[in-house]
Formats: sequence, structure tokens, C-alpha cells
Amino acid sequence: MLEYISNHYNYWVSILLMMAGLYIVIDHTNLLKKLIGLNIFQTSVFILFISLGKVDGGTAPILEKGYSSFSNPLPHVLILTAIVVSVATTAVGLALVVNINNRFNSIEEEEIEQIELEEE
Amino acid sequence: MLAMTAIAIIAMRNMLSVIMLGGIYSLISATLFVVLDAVDVAFTEAAVGAGVSTVLFLSALAITGKHQALTRKNHIVPIFVVLVTGAGLLYSTTDMPSFGDPQAPVHTHVAPRYIEQSYDEIGIPNIVTSVLASYRGYDTLGEVAVVFTALIAVLLLLGLNRGSRKD
Amino acid sequence: MSVQKNPILRETSHLLIPAILLFALYVQFHGEYGPGGGFQAGVIFASAIILYALLHGTKKAEKVISLNLAKALAAIGLLLYEGIGLLGIILGGNFLDYNVLSHDSVHGQHWGILLIELGVGMTVASVIICIFYAFSKFKR
Repeated sequence: MLEYISNHYNYWVSILLMMAGLYIVIDHTNLLKKLIGLNIFQTSVFILFISLGKVDGGTAPILEKGYSSFSNPLPHVLILTAIVVSVATTAVGLALVVNINNRFNSIEEEEIEQIELEEE
Repeated sequence: MLAMTAIAIIAMRNMLSVIMLGGIYSLISATLFVVLDAVDVAFTEAAVGAGVSTVLFLSALAITGKHQALTRKNHIVPIFVVLVTGAGLLYSTTDMPSFGDPQAPVHTHVAPRYIEQSYDEIGIPNIVTSVLASYRGYDTLGEVAVVFTALIAVLLLLGLNRGSRKD
Repeated sequence: MSVQKNPILRETSHLLIPAILLFALYVQFHGEYGPGGGFQAGVIFASAIILYALLHGTKKAEKVISLNLAKALAAIGLLLYEGIGLLGIILGGNFLDYNVLSHDSVHGQHWGILLIELGVGMTVASVIICIFYAFSKFKR
């Protein structure tokens, strides 16, 4: 049992953080906080992928004399792309929040629903 | 440490503190990446998450000016959804390979080929750069296009030439 | 701007900003020998310009890199990447084939990687600077 935990604890950490991010996105009504929850979710997925690529006793994937075992470079490449895409989506999301605030003068979900109902 | 930061973000309602905790979260995860041997990824995550992302959030907060977040009244449905999803995901990881196992399926197939033949075919020490720029160069082209599209979307949304929209 | 009169911020930033720009250039061109590459260099370059804009105001930062220049550089970076791909086709290989770019296949790879990392760094830096200008100039 202890050996099972020590072999799989990286998945548990990643799933815990993923659920924390998901909870923030579903539950909180403030739009900016939802974006931060989305960021937490994305970072936990990165941690999952990078921990999949680690090799025991290996080193960073840069060729160097004297090392023979390297960590897998393929997840690093995918996550590098994903990090830059995540900042692009965060920027577009923030521009949308600024526009919503300009139109409704509020960034809370429930207040915005209230204003939309009154305008009909 | 990461779990404590995430729980603090859930609990706090002052938006300035929440954004700062988000930046701290990115920085701690960058150090975690260094421990897991991913130095390129740690570099990018520290620069992007703790630098650019925090500055953009702060400027959006300054524009909207709403520094306190409200909470809703009952939390039953989100907690239930999160617990069910978490339990399902934990059940599905029982079959996954052990942490750091050199015989895991992800290390067979194409990754040893990249590690062994990268120096003969391309001749640069950093394997991540050679895979990113040469073996998988097409994906990097798509990514640069995505970043450019995000620029166009933000410029269209924020109306850089006009300013206020209420006229 | 009250931050301009604060001597600690002014002197520290005057020491740090050239060092950050130089570091960005170092990371860009040494991405093949150590960690680094186009994305990291672009983000570090943009954060130096953002630091200058935060301290001295957006008007002074626009004298260094104006909005139109940033928009043009973003497009030029993407076009450079596509241009290298098309150059591969013109010289007889496939799209984004670096082996045909020079007399020797390994030298061709070196040239190809150098030029596309340059394109990527230019685009990422100018996109982040442009997005920051857009946020800081927005009027209600």
C-alpha cells in the first residue's frame, strides 16, 4: 500500500490541484476569479504531463558528456507550446472581461443576469 | 505548498491578494518543474506565469476597479460535482505507470530515437530545441499563428483607436 | 507620475533594464546550448519594456517601441517563419525541410533553427508589448 502511494502520488497531487481549479471556475461568481481558476487548472495539467516524462536517475534533456540517461524531451516540447497558448487565451479572456465591465458596469455573474433581466 | 496556495485562492475575496497568490502559484510550480528535470519549461513558466500574466491581470483589475469578490449562497452542487469528478479520476489512475519508471510506455517508440539521433542529424546539444524547431517544426508554426491571432483578437476587442464605446 | 520621483525605483530600474535586455538576447541565441530559445527570450524582452512603461509612463515607452512598430514586427516574425518553410520548397525539398538550406545537411539545420527562433522571438515579444499597450490605453 505504501509502495502504491509512493509510486502514484504525483497523479494525486495533480488531480487535487485540478479539482481546486475546477471548483473555482464552477463556484465563484466573479469573472476575474474564474480566469485565475482556469490558470490553476492549466498549470496542474502541465504538472501531470511533466511528471509523466521524468525518468529515475536521469537528467535534463541537454546532451552533455558523462550523462547517459536523460528525461523524455517530448512532454517538455508539448507543454512549452501549451504555456504560450495559455497566456494568449488569458489575454483574450481579460479583454472580454474589460468589455463586459464597460457594458454592464459589473463583473459578478449574478448582477449581470439581474441587469439583463431588467433590460428585457 | 501548491495545495495550500490553491486553497488560499479559493477562500480569499480581496482580488488583489488573489492575483498575487496566482503569481506565487506559478513561481512555485516553476521550481517544481526544475526538480522534475524540465528546465526549459520552468524558464518559460516563471517568465510567463509570474511575469506577464500577473501584469495583465493587475491592469484588468485597475480598469474595472472592483476589488472585492462576492460569493454565492449555497455551494452544494459545485462541491458534489468536484468530488464525483475527483473520485473518477483517482480511480482511473490505478492503471497508470509508476512515477519515474524507465520502462514506461511513454519512453519507448519515438523518444529514444530523438535522444540518440539528434546529435548526428542536427548537431545541437539541447534536445528540446531540436525537437521543437526541427522534428516538430510544424506545431511551432501553428503556435506562433495562435499567438498572432490572440493579438488581433485583443486589438479588436479593446478598440485601440477609439477608446470608449458608449457614444 | 509619482513613481518617477521615487529615487530607489528610478536608479534600480536604470541598472536593471539594460541587463534584462542583454539577458534576453543571450537566451535567444544560446537556446541551442542550454535552456532557452525563442519563447523565453521574447517574454523576457517584453517584460523589460513593460517595466520601463510602468515606471515612466506609456508615452515615453512608445517613443522606444511604438504601437505600429510592434504590430509590424509581430507580422514580420510570422512571415519569416513561413518564408523559411517556402524556401525549403523553392530549393527542392519539402515544406520546412532544413536539409536543403545549405551545402551540408547539419549546417542547413543550424541555419534553419537559428532563423525560425528569431522569428518566434520577434513575434512573441511584440505581441506581449502590444497587448500591454492596448490594456493601458483603454479609456472607459
